[in-house]
Amino acid sequence: MKLLIQNGRVICPETGHDAVADVLIEDGRIAGVGPGLSTSGAEVIDAAGLVVAPGFIDIHVHLREPGFEHAETIETGAQAAAAGGFTTVCCMPNTNPVNDSVTVTKYIVETARRKAAINVFPIGAITKGSNGEELASIGSMIAAGAVAISDDGKPVMNARVIRRAMETARALDIPVIEHCEDLNLSAGGDMHECDDSVRLGLRGIPSASEDVMVARDIILAELTGVRYHVAHISTKNAVAMVAYAKQRGLRVTAEATQHHIALDTGHMKPYDSAYKMKPPLRCEHDVKAVVDGVVSGAIDCLATDHAPHAGDDKMQEFERCPFGIIGLETALGVSLEVLVHSGLISLPRLIALYTSEPARVIGWKNELARGALKPGYVGDVTVFHPEYPWVYDVKNSLSKSSNTPFSGRTFQGGPILTIVGGQVVWRADGF
Amino acid sequence: MPKGLLGIEGIERDEIEQILERARAFQPHGGQTFAKVNTCTGRLVVNMFFENSTRTRSSFEIAAKRLGADTLSITASGSSVSKGESLVDTINTLVAMRPSAIVMRHAASGAPHFLSRHLTTPIVNAGDGTHEHPTQALLDARTILDRCGRLEGLRVAIIGDIAHSRVARSNIHLLAKFGVDLVLCGPPMLLPREMARVASGVTLEYDLRRAVKDADVIMMLRVQLERIHEPAMPAGEYFRFYGLRQEHMALARPDAIVMHPGPMNRGREISSEVADSQQSMILNQVENGVSVRMAVLERVLLQ
Repeated sequence: MKLLIQNGRVICPETGHDAVADVLIEDGRIAGVGPGLSTSGAEVIDAAGLVVAPGFIDIHVHLREPGFEHAETIETGAQAAAAGGFTTVCCMPNTNPVNDSVTVTKYIVETARRKAAINVFPIGAITKGSNGEELASIGSMIAAGAVAISDDGKPVMNARVIRRAMETARALDIPVIEHCEDLNLSAGGDMHECDDSVRLGLRGIPSASEDVMVARDIILAELTGVRYHVAHISTKNAVAMVAYAKQRGLRVTAEATQHHIALDTGHMKPYDSAYKMKPPLRCEHDVKAVVDGVVSGAIDCLATDHAPHAGDDKMQEFERCPFGIIGLETALGVSLEVLVHSGLISLPRLIALYTSEPARVIGWKNELARGALKPGYVGDVTVFHPEYPWVYDVKNSLSKSSNTPFSGRTFQGGPILTIVGGQVVWRADGF
Repeated sequence: MPKGLLGIEGIERDEIEQILERARAFQPHGGQTFAKVNTCTGRLVVNMFFENSTRTRSSFEIAAKRLGADTLSITASGSSVSKGESLVDTINTLVAMRPSAIVMRHAASGAPHFLSRHLTTPIVNAGDGTHEHPTQALLDARTILDRCGRLEGLRVAIIGDIAHSRVARSNIHLLAKFGVDLVLCGPPMLLPREMARVASGVTLEYDLRRAVKDADVIMMLRVQLERIHEPAMPAGEYFRFYGLRQEHMALARPDAIVMHPGPMNRGREISSEVADSQQSMILNQVENGVSVRMAVLERVLLQ
């Protein structure tokens, strides 16, 4: 099985390649990158005028299965991911039951193998039931296919418990991904604590609720030597603390979501549940700090925190509807707009934020090596147009849910072709 | 799209003035009751009260009836909401019955705004969570005008649980549009610093004596224990520092008035001595509630 992608602008941040070339995938692995590769026996795709990049990786999605299949399934979430140019996603464990056991991990791995168009790697829970009290069967879940641990959706409030989790993760050489929120400070909050929350009569979630947890965790990451990853970072102080931890040589990484780099509280339509997420949209100075963190490298990668909620669940009073928005299909469009078209970063750097950098955070090695167009690496490729204008209409989404503030927005540039293991799994209309 | 009344923040000063002027026409004189004007005969007003309220619901009902409109009142405990039906479905069902307006009280901030995006029936906000209570601010303004003859240039002190008060927010928006010098006062936990930026002319004060100094109007608020999720200040301590007593009235202007949206807790936020004094406008506020709501409903129903 050979697939040859011809004449595209091949950008691989890991190897530094950026030139018009061909990419050959053979038996599911990258076989070669260079000009004028032989077409012999290969299916040929003409990518002239397009960018050919390593398959995009999103280390923070919610696929809702098992338990909440009305909002999303592994199959539909994977389809939406493919439509967004993602070839690999890591799904958070806040399903029902929580992925805190080998049984659930295996269920996800097996369901993904049978039904998902792309690679799906589970993230195991840190604690049983993500209740923050007793450690889950971490080693067994990792052996069964999980790639990291997190209680995402909730923080681990007990410092002793997160310390023990970090020690365990250090021994297993996996990252601990923390949802940083002090639940006492954010209790009952619906949006960022600011002038708008007070004016709208909504209870606020202060930036401090994130900051104090990032500070605590960095201290414990130093104590334990773990690879510690801050999920969906959103505040100025948290970005500064991660940058400081990096300066001191700690193994601390962070991700930013597309909505936290693109939207602040000023963009919110009052009481519109499509703007309700955790962490909440922050103030302008926080958004600037997060964007600056992406530019400077303090923030390692981008992620979607794709969080589907069925229509009925979001069609409620703002205070009562759940947190979270979908994001897999808009990630490239939003980040091109905010980061590349604005001139803040180069296109290769953006690609790194979706490929080599998230791969590094998880630490995929050997036969799982991905995130680069290197011979022997997994043959996952994303082909996209960096500039063509298109309108995102959530009615056409492949996700089962439609909770997004980006519907109706025009983007300049988006995915054209998604290739997983040498197989085309999604292509844009008309290509 | 037909206009309801979702809040004071979003309406212009001249619209407020028109409502207040029309309300004046509805005020009863001497020992009379409210005149039945029948300008809205044949219209149906549905009162949806998803949160307990006797005072406001009765006031709206009387207002609608005085206008000659038919009314239907539904409370949360007696509605399908208590059986798990969503707010949208409940209201859609009611809309199918073709009401001319919906008067809604809800415990969630923004609930009427949420509905107004899905319905074309005009909605009158009768209090949404900790956000706004527009008709309360209008009746408060009517009451101040009756006694002081103007709003411009007055010094108004709002005292108490500002953080959780929809009455405070609506009053701040309304009074700021008239250039009132507004002082907000309460314990730090109940007076977020951001309140100073809700509207122009607002200052914060944590000392009751300084807040009421030279005030023309003192509005007292109830501590909303049901909305406070943290340990509150002990009642005795609250009254000591933030309870309005006769000694404070000596600091205000000699003709200052005292207001309270009710329900009032004597001995917690206000002393009986003050509540029952000649300066107390509390019953005038209740009476003005009907005439202001007549003006609001008529405006909505006759558009």
